[in-house]
Amino acid sequence: MALTSLIQRFRSFVGGIHPPYHKDLTDHQTIRQLPLPERVILPLSQHIGTPATACVKVGDTVLTGQMIGAADGPVSAPVHATISGTVTAIGMYPHPSGREVQSVVIESDGADEWVALPKRDGIGGVDNDTLRGWIADAGVVGLGGATFPTRVKMSPPETAQLDTLVINGAECEPYLTADHRLMVEEAGRIAEGGALIARILGVGRVIVGIEDNKADATVCMEKALTRLDPVRSGRLDVTVAVVPTKYPQGGEKQLIAVLTGREIPSGGLPMDVGVVVHNVGTAAAVSDAVLLGRPLVERVVTVTGEGLAAPGNARVRLGTPARALIEAFGGGEQVGKVVFGGPMMGVAQFHMEVPVIKGTSGILVLPPEAVTLEDIRPCIRCSACIEVCPIGLLPNMISVCAEQLAFAESEQYHPFDCIECGCCSYVCPSYRPLVQMIRYAKTEVRSLKQKAPH
Amino acid sequence: MDEPIETPPTATPPQGEAKPPPKKPTKKPPKSDPAPAPDYVLSSSPHIRKAISIRRIMGEVLLALLPATAFGLYLFGPHALWVLSLCVAGSVATEVVCQRWAGTRVTISDGSAALTGLLLGMTLPPQAPWWICLIGAVVAIGLGKHVFGGLGYNPYNPALLGRVVLLISFPAQMTAYYSPGWWGVDAVTSATPLGLLQEARIRSMGLGEATQLSMSDAFFGFMPGSIGETSTLALLAGGLFLLWRRHITWDIPVAMLGTVAAGSALFWWIDPSRYMPPQFHLMTGGLMLAAFFMATDMVTSPLTTRGKLIFGFGCGLLTVIIRLWGGYAEAVSFAILLMNSAVPIIDKYTPPRLYGTGKPPAQGPKS
Repeated sequence: MALTSLIQRFRSFVGGIHPPYHKDLTDHQTIRQLPLPERVILPLSQHIGTPATACVKVGDTVLTGQMIGAADGPVSAPVHATISGTVTAIGMYPHPSGREVQSVVIESDGADEWVALPKRDGIGGVDNDTLRGWIADAGVVGLGGATFPTRVKMSPPETAQLDTLVINGAECEPYLTADHRLMVEEAGRIAEGGALIARILGVGRVIVGIEDNKADATVCMEKALTRLDPVRSGRLDVTVAVVPTKYPQGGEKQLIAVLTGREIPSGGLPMDVGVVVHNVGTAAAVSDAVLLGRPLVERVVTVTGEGLAAPGNARVRLGTPARALIEAFGGGEQVGKVVFGGPMMGVAQFHMEVPVIKGTSGILVLPPEAVTLEDIRPCIRCSACIEVCPIGLLPNMISVCAEQLAFAESEQYHPFDCIECGCCSYVCPSYRPLVQMIRYAKTEVRSLKQKAPH
Repeated sequence: MDEPIETPPTATPPQGEAKPPPKKPTKKPPKSDPAPAPDYVLSSSPHIRKAISIRRIMGEVLLALLPATAFGLYLFGPHALWVLSLCVAGSVATEVVCQRWAGTRVTISDGSAALTGLLLGMTLPPQAPWWICLIGAVVAIGLGKHVFGGLGYNPYNPALLGRVVLLISFPAQMTAYYSPGWWGVDAVTSATPLGLLQEARIRSMGLGEATQLSMSDAFFGFMPGSIGETSTLALLAGGLFLLWRRHITWDIPVAMLGTVAAGSALFWWIDPSRYMPPQFHLMTGGLMLAAFFMATDMVTSPLTTRGKLIFGFGCGLLTVIIRLWGGYAEAVSFAILLMNSAVPIIDKYTPPRLYGTGKPPAQGPKS
């Protein structure tokens, strides 16, 4: 059956910025397969929610794909061994969030011997609850960085009236190209995963949002989607949406507004407007979990930045320390800053041994000369932050309140609607750390509320 | 589900508790030690910054004032240079003294004091005596800026505050204007077009000599007036440069100039024998200088487009009222300072549209 083009162009959202993207460092590099790490550090908390509980002991031998941490409660996710070898330690280790987290350390035996994966012959007769169970057992969480357990997002309450699944391939963070390469090289997995999620959610419409700086990804995704059975038979309405390149286009609130014209109410969730959003990497992981029975043990990571001689993309076993990756891509000597994630929302690291976890989309190595520390000046009310805020906040006012420790007053400026995209700090001529101050205000307002008598 | 589900939008692992912001980014030693202590910089996201700074903004505003300044010096000669230099030097010196006295860091290198000084000088008569310049500079920077806490905290435009204090305190020196001419010693006293109009009105003589002003002279700036205010052309060039560089937005100048044009046109239409046409009002006095360089002052104008439109409208309306019926020939300084007082309340009632509230903007596929 011949289909007309799935590709449609969409308008942009209000606010946002156009930072230098530096995606050309890595966007043409095929995903590399690196030698297995000698040792992995697997935090039991690689997701939002309750940490997993270790189910191995020091000294145990484990196989690749074997569960080593069991999900604890409804909002949690299991953790699997990502290499075969011996558990040498269980304890507190540095985590990309900046804290130390209970982690399982495995020394490799070099064999990469896998557990026996379950046999899956089609999913035609399998009910949705079983599919959700397979996804949960594989430890799939949101790979765009939010790391929310995917099973929970696939189990909407009875009252939710969902009609649209958005697959997020916007990848608006500068420097990062992991999602881009995944769409170019493995569009089939993403398409299969998208169709599966749509089936489980019972929605008839799937929109894949991709920024217009990834033309090749758009073509690959269209090709892959066209081949899907439900699309060929017309049961699934699919669009590849080309959206203008502007940060933070990949923000859930922005992408939904651009693709559907709907806005999530303040404090609400995408499902309140009938939409569920999944990242392209998550869709691919869902496809592996369901069709191959394969747990989440690796992900694509962009290792990039001017501090590296040869930046690129790699398929990385979870738990691989940053140092191994940075060295594999020609860096390690001139390091000013190491960031997990992109330059706009990523977290600066104090330690090279911090492991790649499920939410690590990139490792950015900035050379010392690119790391500037400017003096913070007073707000001159230039309103640049207000013009770029994609939410319509007054970031300057929240920051001034926080600076004066007037947290109760800061609340009238809606700090909890902030998505922490960083556009305001990026444009501030007074070098004010606006996002940091908004986070500070949020924390303090929350604790004020906890202390207040009810 | 019992708990609300948090789904942050993009690429970041869960953030730890926020650090208090005034603390500068620090270099922390590692807690455990599988590796030697690294020396990376730790700071909160974002990790890249736009190439912009206060100094750059002030520098480009100074650059935008260059055509009008150069024309003023050409028109009024060396004494005008003396006035401008005294104002700039006096402002910078006052800032140094204030900041030393307060024990804070001296920030004259950001260019904001120099800019205030230049703007003040541009609003003074070309023959202003040296002490007028210095008093104006001290008042502008001391009383207009540093008593409130310095850059960013001042509610009133410092240069205009300085000018108005001078105008009220020393009316004779502040309204002694001269015909354009190179050598101050021979200069001929001459009222500004707005001064002539005011005088005719007070003496019930209709429009008086104000009607003799050629509109092309007014556009190019060949008329008596303050050093930097006469040339509409030079000020427009600077204003367009600022718009292009996005240091000002269109809303305040358009609302202010539009209101003055509409208001003066209305009364000119009602009675052309008593009121001058709108083009006269647009090109005389300090209106052009004020609309592009003073009403648009970031610190003392509202934050959002809606607020800026209201502010510009108010500035224009007060200008028309004071010019047509007030006791002073010149009106924009008072108009802007009065509207500066209204900025907090304008800001309060004109917040930006919050995502997820009200009517969303048009979205969806391009057809």
